[in-house]
Amino acid sequence: MASKSLKASNNVLSSTKRQLEILSNGIFSDGGLPKFESRLVAYELDALRPLKLEILQINVGYMCNQVCAHCHVDAGPDRKEMMSRETMELCLDVLRKTKVKTIDLTGGAPEMHPDFRWFVSQIRLTDVEEIIVRSNLTIILANKKYHSLPDFFKQNKVHIISSLPFYKKDKTDRQRGDGVFSQSITALKLLNSAGYGKSNSDLQLDLVYNPSGAFLPGDEKTLENDFKKALKLDFDIDFNQLFAITNLPISRFLDYLIASENYEDYMSSLVESFNPKAVANVMCTNTLSVRWDGMLFDCDFNQMLDLKVASPITHLRDFNLELLQERKIGVSQHCYGCTAGSGSSCQGTVV
Amino acid sequence: MKKKYYKSDDLKKFKNITDWNPELGEKFFEYYNSVFKEGSLSVREKSLIALAVSHVVQCPYCIEAYTRDGLQKGIEKSEMMEAVHVGAAIRSGASLVHGVQMMNVYDKLSM
Repeated sequence: MASKSLKASNNVLSSTKRQLEILSNGIFSDGGLPKFESRLVAYELDALRPLKLEILQINVGYMCNQVCAHCHVDAGPDRKEMMSRETMELCLDVLRKTKVKTIDLTGGAPEMHPDFRWFVSQIRLTDVEEIIVRSNLTIILANKKYHSLPDFFKQNKVHIISSLPFYKKDKTDRQRGDGVFSQSITALKLLNSAGYGKSNSDLQLDLVYNPSGAFLPGDEKTLENDFKKALKLDFDIDFNQLFAITNLPISRFLDYLIASENYEDYMSSLVESFNPKAVANVMCTNTLSVRWDGMLFDCDFNQMLDLKVASPITHLRDFNLELLQERKIGVSQHCYGCTAGSGSSCQGTVV
Repeated sequence: MKKKYYKSDDLKKFKNITDWNPELGEKFFEYYNSVFKEGSLSVREKSLIALAVSHVVQCPYCIEAYTRDGLQKGIEKSEMMEAVHVGAAIRSGASLVHGVQMMNVYDKLSM
């Protein structure tokens, strides 16, 4: 398993331009597969446009204690991009002015940001109903200063969404690194002890499943039952929901697809599984994504491809929801990942 | 160009079977889809049976389809290999049990 990000390794795929070229050429330019935009036209679907803004997903930085093989962020210990306190203040200004229901904090490992706890506490003082933190679990054990995170989450009624690719060690460690599974289990037990994931508690703990390879996720509900049964039986762990997320062909997962000669077949599976019903509910219609430097994107995936919002408003400092809502959502062939089968979003399936 | 009888891309064309005989083709796919729905057996169990049978009938298309299907369903490789051995055991057993016939004939013809 790699210990460095693509960026630190000077991998050609750390260039977003190169990734977009790959996603638009080859099988998508020789007529082998239809481009996403033409697929929408073929199904007489309108171009994607924003609906009511409900979720502001804030990526506070790309630093992470893990270097996962499938990471679309290319996060890792060597990534230094980090949101400034000033930009966090801009986020809070926007929250005070707009009625956003949910804040979704992501990274990297958002907990590694030195202002993380301050930021969460400040968001709690606004009218936001729900604060989601996308925690990789192992961060809770990574350093003594993070041991108190479960209590901090509890005090701030944070909704935890954590990646756990599988309920067995082998597949989890192959995707996320040696030792990640056993650390994740310990962290889940700590969260359970704090009251998370219990049926009689309002402290929500959800898990994210994403396939450990070049295949699409199976039925979300069936996988949730399998996870619940296995984690309870083997480790006495409880959680609320499982979200099945499709791996998008971006960054390290794209690198893996190409290196393993699975790229064309994977893209064909995504295109074949295109579900027009999933298009209506893709997350970019109710979400805005904020980069560490305050730039705005239609979703976290477009952020990683540097596809900025097609609007005169591109930065938090100029935030104007009315103008932003008039934009057309930027698409490329990676969007097939969110419309395959039952669809995929940061909250799992969409159909 | 190398000519091959089996091309993995042909699996994607399976649905075209309906083109030359829509009635029978559609009946087959309707039947096929009904068979694999959750019933007294779970879809997981059916996938493993299909994988084992795929090996017994030595269908490369089916092997690819049901290995992928198993991965999507979270079936582990140890389970897949055990299913393949079940198929292989029945197949080899079916050969070996004919040894009784050989023994019968041998004994009948021998003094």
